[in-house]
Amino acid sequence: MNFTDEQITRYSRHILLPEVGGKGQKKIAQARILIVGAGGLGSPAALYLAAAGVGTLGLIDNDVVDLSNLQRQVIHHTPDVGRPKVVSAKEKIQALNPDVNVVLHEERFMAANALNLVRDYSVVIDGVDNFSAKFLINDACYFAEKPLVHGGILRFDGRVSTIIPKQSACYRCVFNGPPPPGLVASCQEAGVLGVLAGVIGTIQATDALKLILGIGRPLTDRMLDFDARNMRFREIPVKRNPRCPLCGAHPTVTELIDHEQATCELRPPVAAAHGNEP
Amino acid sequence: MVVEINGKAEEIPGSVVLDALNAKQIDPQMVAVELNDTLIERDHLGSTPLQPGDRLEFLFYMGGGR
Ligand SMILES: [Zn+2]
Repeated sequence: MNFTDEQITRYSRHILLPEVGGKGQKKIAQARILIVGAGGLGSPAALYLAAAGVGTLGLIDNDVVDLSNLQRQVIHHTPDVGRPKVVSAKEKIQALNPDVNVVLHEERFMAANALNLVRDYSVVIDGVDNFSAKFLINDACYFAEKPLVHGGILRFDGRVSTIIPKQSACYRCVFNGPPPPGLVASCQEAGVLGVLAGVIGTIQATDALKLILGIGRPLTDRMLDFDARNMRFREIPVKRNPRCPLCGAHPTVTELIDHEQATCELRPPVAAAHGNEP
Repeated sequence: MVVEINGKAEEIPGSVVLDALNAKQIDPQMVAVELNDTLIERDHLGSTPLQPGDRLEFLFYMGGGR
């Protein structure tokens, strides 16, 4: 493929980077990235990846835009309330960059369709809001051997981590499985500072692009935790776990499963007193 | 003893990792626990000794994204 003069101008700030150049920009143009969830994290990720000239962006979401989404889901605008998120997102992506081929999957990411969905893509971005889907994405990417850029936001905190199946620690290496349903509150109850979605989703897009370009060091074997209140990033090293139920020596997760609960947060109760031992 | 919990030095009672969770009133099912960068299996929390100056990392589930 050859770039038109217009494309060379559009991507000139990329092409100027020695690590990208025309060759790298072509890799971006040939890339296929799947964004699961066209919401808080998916919005900035989709917009920046579209601006970057990613050849194919797949979007999975079966939700419609709600007024309460607009505080953070910046790809959706006020007139989009009530419209399918994937349709709203596709319009913004195409207005931003008509070079991008947008593939819409207006469905829920479930055990039954997960493998077929991820199989067609080169990198997957986790932009979902519940543990059931987060574990399912992790497992599907492992079975399909697709790099995954995981993300999560809650209140004033965010987390990003990249998983290269069979090479780096997976979500289950650290968190064995979803938390017990009784311990968690729902997303609607939790609240989040909207801009967190921008910070974390944009970091996810950054690592996805690096994976496509093959430059630098991906966010593998570590979790990058962001604390907006103290404006602090912390990197927590993690390792592949030989006892991981998915990628360990004796796996117990050997097929995709839909976990039941649809919850999004887990936090300790506020400690009442110090030294309170049972 | 004083250990580092999520990057912050804290005085906690007891001698095993589980004591630190109890002191902070954290249900072991709610976190992944790393001791000096090594993940501690949930069923080993009560038998893994803590030394002064150890670095503990409590990784909470963070599930939001929409
Ligand atoms: Zn694993």
